[in-house]
Formats: sequence, structure tokens, C-alpha cells
Amino acid sequence: MAAVATCGTGVGSTGSIVAATSKNNVTSFQRKGPRASGTDSGCSRLVSIAGTRPSVRNGQLLVSTGLPALDQLLGGGLAVGTVLLIEEDKYNIYSSLLFKYFLAEGIINGHTLLVASAKEDPADILQELPAPLLDDNYKKDFDEDVCNHQTPDSNIKMKIAWRYQLLPKIESGPVSSSRFGHYYDASKRMPQELIEASKWHGFFFPEKLSSTLNIEPCSLTHGYRKLLQFIQKVIYEEGFDGSNPQKKQKNILRIGIQNLGSPLWGDDICCTENCDNSHSLTKFLYVLRGLLRTSLSACIITMPTHLIQSKAIIARVTNLSDTVVGLESFIGSERETNPLYKDYHGLIHIRQIPRLNNLIYDVSDVKDLAFKLKRKLFTIERLHLPPDLSDTVSRSSKQDLAESSKLLGPGCGMMAGGKQHLDF
Amino acid sequence: GVNLTAARECGQLVFLEGLKSSVDVFFRAQAEPHPLQFLREADAGNLQPLYEFVREALKPVDDGQAAWRCPVLLVDDLSVLLSLGLGAVAVLDFIHYCRVAVCWERKGNIVTLVHDSGDGEDEENDILLNGLSHQSHLILRAEGLATGFCRDVHGQLRILWRTPSQPTAQRDGSLTYQYKIQDKSVSFFAKGMSPAVL
Repeated sequence: MAAVATCGTGVGSTGSIVAATSKNNVTSFQRKGPRASGTDSGCSRLVSIAGTRPSVRNGQLLVSTGLPALDQLLGGGLAVGTVLLIEEDKYNIYSSLLFKYFLAEGIINGHTLLVASAKEDPADILQELPAPLLDDNYKKDFDEDVCNHQTPDSNIKMKIAWRYQLLPKIESGPVSSSRFGHYYDASKRMPQELIEASKWHGFFFPEKLSSTLNIEPCSLTHGYRKLLQFIQKVIYEEGFDGSNPQKKQKNILRIGIQNLGSPLWGDDICCTENCDNSHSLTKFLYVLRGLLRTSLSACIITMPTHLIQSKAIIARVTNLSDTVVGLESFIGSERETNPLYKDYHGLIHIRQIPRLNNLIYDVSDVKDLAFKLKRKLFTIERLHLPPDLSDTVSRSSKQDLAESSKLLGPGCGMMAGGKQHLDF
Repeated sequence: GVNLTAARECGQLVFLEGLKSSVDVFFRAQAEPHPLQFLREADAGNLQPLYEFVREALKPVDDGQAAWRCPVLLVDDLSVLLSLGLGAVAVLDFIHYCRVAVCWERKGNIVTLVHDSGDGEDEENDILLNGLSHQSHLILRAEGLATGFCRDVHGQLRILWRTPSQPTAQRDGSLTYQYKIQDKSVSFFAKGMSPAVL
């Protein structure tokens, strides 16, 4: 199994990970507890499933989205049993990339995959997954890719923007545990043997269409009902609902649904504003969420929200999802030529983060986030900071700042810089 | 805190979980009736089974101990019912029936949650919201700040009393507080009195 293989290399290469972290100027501070135990996930009691870790905030089991920078923005990762909804960019370039990252992360961790699409054959989607940057070679690639863009400004420090220096880098390099969240090389394909070793189920809508003989009256569109029945069957038969726990090692089911709501699924919400089965999509999401809540699974959905005619449906869909992330690419818009955005390929909007066992969520102060696709890596960066008007203004109390940085989870090693004193 | 599990065991709390039941209703056979059976019907008609469920839960249990008085019906949230294919009128009917059963017959209270996007796009939801506002005695309206995101003030709460003879209320019957949500609690303060600016 792929899970065993990756775990083996992970334990063996601890030395190289430490080397990598020190080189990237991360503090030697290591948190005891959940995260430390996540490092050796193979043999820990707390985390028994590869590629998962408990949330530091609320103890929910998290899985990675396949993009560590996004994990960090979502409060450490995607909670098991929840839905991540990606609002597609206009030409579906970057959203399909996030979709593939999510699936690739599942393959690396040995999770079972369920891929549903009305457009491409799931087998083809799997063939196009990006290659992971593992252990030794990822460091080289990563440094190379980052240095190309970072070196010029590392020497020239802008004094006027000193608040930016104290910030943890969102896109900073591989952090302590490489078992949770990996980096992927968008320019290479996933090795064939990894795909073959993985366990996956495909739902290709045009294939299932042929068996439409006895349509029983149901308020759901045919495609959605078939898909729900398929997912339920997989969850039930493979024991993801915990029905027969002694059967085998617990595993995570990663569900990916592509272009949900598009006309290819037989849905007409993209065509008219007042359509007959406008409740199909919302109903589907509701039942899907019920399925996920009672099983060890996480789901990513990409949805062409720019096609949906009625704004009311988008609002309802957002309410029925857990995490909602919107992508807005600059391609074809006038922002493409705007000098403000010249370094980026688009904006990323974190529209909704679930509150699980808690009143608040890990909210990052920065709402203006932009993404860019480098030669190999997809990175997320801050566009600019909001004005600093809080009751705990960072320059007066560094203590609070350091505390808040702890909550941010991994990748905030740059806070070491907060110790240097700034006098005015 | 309050031990809800214990309350549920002794019959003080009756809980119907929509998400979990929806899976049961959707994938099980057609036979047995269920409070949420409109989920499997082609055109979702009304919420009568759900109302029957509420009535059943309100029935006094005669096993010697004192019956619970002044019941409270909490519905979270009504807007989801619209997403599941019910009409606004069906939901309003349901609440009306519940009002008679809970508020009038048993001197209890009803607390419901409705979304309000505020942009008037979702017509069904607006019908529901206006209909409920018309019936309710107290409206709490939580909304974000008009000036946008702020780290120390998460939003404001408007309290609107619709019963005229409310001694504590202001002259116009409404109050506005701002709030900040913390880990386990929410702190309220008067407008513009956030610790951040004082």
C-alpha cells in the first residue's frame, strides 16, 4: 500500500526534514502534543490514520487540502466530515488545480478516492495529478522556485513596511511535519505506480446515464440521485461509516466532485433564473453533508458559480457548505494589466470557514489574498495588510503577537523575527 | 454548563437532527413515516409530519413525575427548509400551527433562526422573514458592520421589541449593541465602546 511506503520514508528521513527547516530559518521551537505526535503518525496512538492530525483549536480530525498554504488559511486543514466548496474561476484553470491537489494528497497518504465528474473520465483526471515533491528533491525544487522570486528583496529591507517583516510567511517552505500536507510540482505528473497502488472509485456521469429506465418520482435531478446512491454505496460497503470497525485499518475517503451544478450534470440552474428543479442542488448538498457527517470522509466540490443565474441559489449553496473558497483569476479581466496585480494570477477569497466545537474560527487578519502559479508551485500571498487599529496593537505588546502566532499553526516560524526589539 | 445528554435521557429535551435523519429518509425504503418525509417526495408538500412530531413531543408523559412546563421550541434553521424545496408559505403555516400548540396552549416560547442576506435576491426567504417578523414579539438581528471587517468588533446586534408595553425598552423599542465573539462566549458593548478604541 502507498500509505505504508510513504510512512516508511517519512520516519527514515527525519534528519533531512530538520535540516530543511533550519535552512528555511524556522525556529527550533517545537510544539508538544497533537502536532508533535502527528510527525510520527505511523506509530502514534492519537493519530492512527496517515495524513490526518487533530486540530489544535478544537480537536477535530483534519486532513490536508494538498496545499499547505490553504490549510493554514482554513485553520490547519479541512475537518473530516465537512465539505470544501471551491467557486471556480471563469476558465476553470486554477480551481481544477486545487481539485487535483486535493486528490493527489489523498494518493500520497494512501486514502481512498472517489472522483465524480460529468466532463472528464475519472481515470483521466487521475492520470493528470501533479507529482509530489518528496523529501530530498522537493527541497531543491522548492528553493530553486522560491529563490528565483525572493532573493532580490531579501537584501533590501523596506523600513517603512516593518509590520510585514514580523509576519509569518504564508507560503513559507515545507515545515516540520511533512506527513501532513505536501507540495506538488504542477509541471510533472504523478508517478504511475503510485496511482496504480491507490484505491479509487470513479463516477463518470455519461456512463451512468445509460441505465435510465425506471425513473421513480423524486425531487432530485437524475444525476444527483445516482451520485448520492453511488457515494452512499461506497461509504457503506467500504466501512467508512464505522459500521464494522474491527474489519480493517481505518482510512479516509476523499470525495472529489467536479463542476457540480453545471449543465453537464443535467441541472438547469445555469440556464434560467426561475427553473423547475432549483432545489435539486441544495437538496443534494444537504443529503451529501448528512452522509459525510456520519463517516470518515472529506469532500471537495468545484462549482461554476459564475454560471448560476440566480444569486439566491449561490447564497443558499454557501449556507449549506462548510468551507467556501472563491477563486477569481485575472485572465480576461482588466486587472490582468493593472500594475498592482502584476505579480499575481488571481485573487483568492475565503468566504466561509466552519465553526466546529467553538464559537470562533481561526481567522487570519488579512482578507486580501492573491495567488500565483509559479513554474511548479501554487502559492498564496497577502496583497496588503489592513490598518493596525486593534486593542492589542502589535508594536506595544509583542507578547500577544507571539501568542496569536502560535494559534496560526505551522509555517509561522518567521515569528522568530518578532524578538528583535524595535525602538521609536 | 448544561448536560444535554442527561436532559435528553430524562425527557426534558427532545432532539431531531435534520442532517442525520435526512440520510435515513433518503436511502431507506418508502414504508415508515418520518417527520422529514417530504425529503423523498417529488414535490415537497407541507410540514404536517414535522408538526405531528412536535405535538407528540409536547404530550405530557404520565409516569408520576411532574410534567415539564412552559416548553420552548427551537428551530435551527428555517431557511434550510426553503433550500430543501418547501415553499415559504408551507414554512409559515408550520410555524403558525406550532405557535398555537406551544405558545397559546402551553404558554411556551418559540425561537427560530432565519437567514437574511439583505440584498433582496432571495424572494422566498424574504417572504419568510417578513412573515415571521410580523408574528414575533422580539427580533434579534445580528449583522456585520457596515464599514467592513474589523478584528475587535465582529458585528452588531439589533434588538427590537414589538410589544409596546415593555418597561425596559427604549422609547422607540430598539437597542443596538456591538459584539466580539470569543472562544466560549460573546462580549457585548455599547456602540463605539469597544475596548480597542477606548
